[in-house]
Amino acid sequence: MSKSKFKNPVVKWIDHRLPVFSFMDHELNHYPTPKNLNYFWNFGSLAGFALVAMIVTGIVLSMNYTAHVDYAFDSVERIMRDVNHGWLIRYIHMNGASFFFIVVYIHIFRGLYYGSYKAPRELLWILGVLILLLMMATAFMGYVLPWGQMSFWGATVITNLFSAIPLVGENIVTWLWGGFSVDNSTLNRFFSLHFVLPFVIVGVVILHLVALHRFGSNNPIGIDVKGTQDTVPFSPYYTIKDLFGLSVFLSFFAAAVFFFPNFMGHPDNYIEANPMVTPAHIVPEWYFLPFYAILRAIPDKLGGVLFMFGAIAVLFILPWLDRSSVRSSQFRPIYKIFFWILLLDCILLGYLGAMPAEGIYVILSRIATAYYFFHFLILFPLLPYIEKTKPLPISISEPILGGGSTASAFAVREKK
Amino acid sequence: MINHSSSFFSNNIVKLYLGLLIIFSSNLSFAAGDKISYPQLNWSFSGILGTFDRASQQRGLQVYKEVCSGCHGMRLLAYRNLKAIGYNEDEIKAFASENSVNTINDDGEVVERPARPSDKFVSPYPNDKAARAANGGAYPPDLSLIVKARPDGANYLHALLTGYIDAPADQKVPDGMYYNKYYSGNLIGMPQPLYDDGVEYADGTKATPDQMAKDVTAFLAWASEPEMEDRKRLGISVMLFLLLLTALSYFAMKQIWAPIKNQ
Amino acid sequence: MPTYSKSKNNKDGKRDFLIISTYAMAGIGAASVAWPLIDQMNPAADTLALASTEVDLSSLEEGQAITVTWRGKPVFVRHRTPEEIKLAKEVSLDEMRHPETDEERVPNEKFIVLVGVCTHLGCVPLGQKSGDVKGQYGGWFCPCHGSHYDHSGRIRKGPAPTNLEVPSYKFLSDNIIKIG
Repeated sequence: MSKSKFKNPVVKWIDHRLPVFSFMDHELNHYPTPKNLNYFWNFGSLAGFALVAMIVTGIVLSMNYTAHVDYAFDSVERIMRDVNHGWLIRYIHMNGASFFFIVVYIHIFRGLYYGSYKAPRELLWILGVLILLLMMATAFMGYVLPWGQMSFWGATVITNLFSAIPLVGENIVTWLWGGFSVDNSTLNRFFSLHFVLPFVIVGVVILHLVALHRFGSNNPIGIDVKGTQDTVPFSPYYTIKDLFGLSVFLSFFAAAVFFFPNFMGHPDNYIEANPMVTPAHIVPEWYFLPFYAILRAIPDKLGGVLFMFGAIAVLFILPWLDRSSVRSSQFRPIYKIFFWILLLDCILLGYLGAMPAEGIYVILSRIATAYYFFHFLILFPLLPYIEKTKPLPISISEPILGGGSTASAFAVREKK
Repeated sequence: MINHSSSFFSNNIVKLYLGLLIIFSSNLSFAAGDKISYPQLNWSFSGILGTFDRASQQRGLQVYKEVCSGCHGMRLLAYRNLKAIGYNEDEIKAFASENSVNTINDDGEVVERPARPSDKFVSPYPNDKAARAANGGAYPPDLSLIVKARPDGANYLHALLTGYIDAPADQKVPDGMYYNKYYSGNLIGMPQPLYDDGVEYADGTKATPDQMAKDVTAFLAWASEPEMEDRKRLGISVMLFLLLLTALSYFAMKQIWAPIKNQ
Repeated sequence: MPTYSKSKNNKDGKRDFLIISTYAMAGIGAASVAWPLIDQMNPAADTLALASTEVDLSSLEEGQAITVTWRGKPVFVRHRTPEEIKLAKEVSLDEMRHPETDEERVPNEKFIVLVGVCTHLGCVPLGQKSGDVKGQYGGWFCPCHGSHYDHSGRIRKGPAPTNLEVPSYKFLSDNIIKIG
């Protein structure tokens, strides 16, 4: 390996002094990847693609946008009407946010199903949750920028969450606003932060990748790679598979951008912000709905805020909440059922977040919220003590069931 | 057993992909559930291949100009934009010059000059407060984005414009309010705007309220989404490109993975 | 770890062709996305709509000049005196850096219309106001690096390489010009 693998003299010269080519060759070309990954492993690279697409279209939009309460709405409409291809770039950015969240949510549930957060990938998972948090902050502030009715009232409601903090809450809200209501100062700082946070996300994504490449990808059966027979080089096997996945993703994305660009938006955001009139029924963007439902399920202001942030906080400590030593749900018959219940629970929460907070919806929200926390705080730690896991295979390449020899310690304990 | 997922995908992925794409591409507007339901019209511009009807749009502009523009502005639209619905430069210039805009002359005085094609549509009121004051406190909204700013906008607008009926006996209608069966709460500040032969169409089309409502909606739908025809046209090419790329990359992937799968 | 060997799959060229064309197509797709991102920096439709402007010269008296804004730049219009016209027409072209006759530059000899941007480095020359320094040749003088322009806006002395630019314009009537 020490003799240069590059033939091009310029590449060779540079690589000797700055081994970027060796690095890329090692991490993107030869990088050994489990050969049994299924299509759910496509969503990491798709998320990366979405991030880049958002940054590129975002930079371009910022060249035409004016962050001022008197001009913001009209400058966005100027982008839609007068700027060359402006409508295309803006619709890509607008729908891109939704698709970014779709991809990331699937990526997260992939991790939950196959136990990708377990040792030794705890930090990899935590960095991922951090990315999710940063994405939420970025998306929230981005939604304020067009200065429509939903922008304005969304900003008002969400920033008011901080007023629930005892003693200093009101001061924090005033500080966030830079005034006594959401106004020009708020819009300016949100624009600034919306511009810069994506680059922070890029930084965390790089750390996420460094952590990933330390032990390599998890895989559908969740057992460690035993040797080179279990892996294939990333290129060309996963480059082509990622390209295929990207094509499929882009087909859906393009269908949304070109034919249903406002499907995931809200009509009220085409009405310019009016601080004197609140729309009859305000809802956040769909990707916040489950959290919004949790917020409203709790009848106490501070409690609601705490539970909402708690819903993400439990994700940070998940690697230690889950006591099972078996990663993949394929070998955890009971957990597998609960996984699907959790998924349905989150979808139900999303639905409830969009419904008015009254009658049956409130009761259902409370049940769904209770289940969410039950799943993380009780089920994850305790289930391994009662669940009998299926025997694990010996290796990825030899799908021979290894009897009880590699079965989980808990399963053995259970037998006794 | 280990490779169950990949075999599932390899056999059914094409069906799955196309199936999902069709579901996704079919009209999704059912999701916009609203309490009042309006008649669902067959607009020329709906669907993924829909385009605007130029003649209807031009009639719609006439309705806007002669009926709506007394109270409703369209501040995001410029006169030059009318080129897209089939007017030439001289016609646009003449249309624009019927309105006047304020400008400051060299002596610093505010004077009026005729509007030019590059000017935005002149609003009927100098500001929101004047608009409110002149209409008994009800603000006549700007119509530039009205079709995008209402759920199921085109159908809603058509329904609203044709939804004026006599109030039921038990419904008290206060002064300055009117009864409309499609308006949320039924009491609307806008009097019925469209009557038979309210405008005289140059092309001989009979100006019924329903026809005028359709025409002005077609015009306003375009004003909300002037990029729509370009968008759909480009969308078709992009979709074809992506379908081809998806097919190619699928077979290339099968090709590259063949030695691994056959081990 | 199995490595991917081309030779194994190269039994028939069709198969490699498939892979190459897939990546080529992806490349074409990526390249065509670049165009909207570049084109958005070109002048937008509303900017282009303001690309021409009309000026009324009826109140401009002999010897006077006005400056109007066109495409974000100053445009000089000067109503020349008969004496100035004579000077501009009679001068020999031999000694000029950028020889152009006055007739080529000024269709209507009374009114000269120029883009008021020095061709050296883009400053706005003096000479529009009555008290301004007009340079050795009586036309315009650029204070930045000392370029002297004559009554026809031609460069006569100083670092500027070419004459002041004449915008495209036409007389809509005797007293109204449309620039652009």
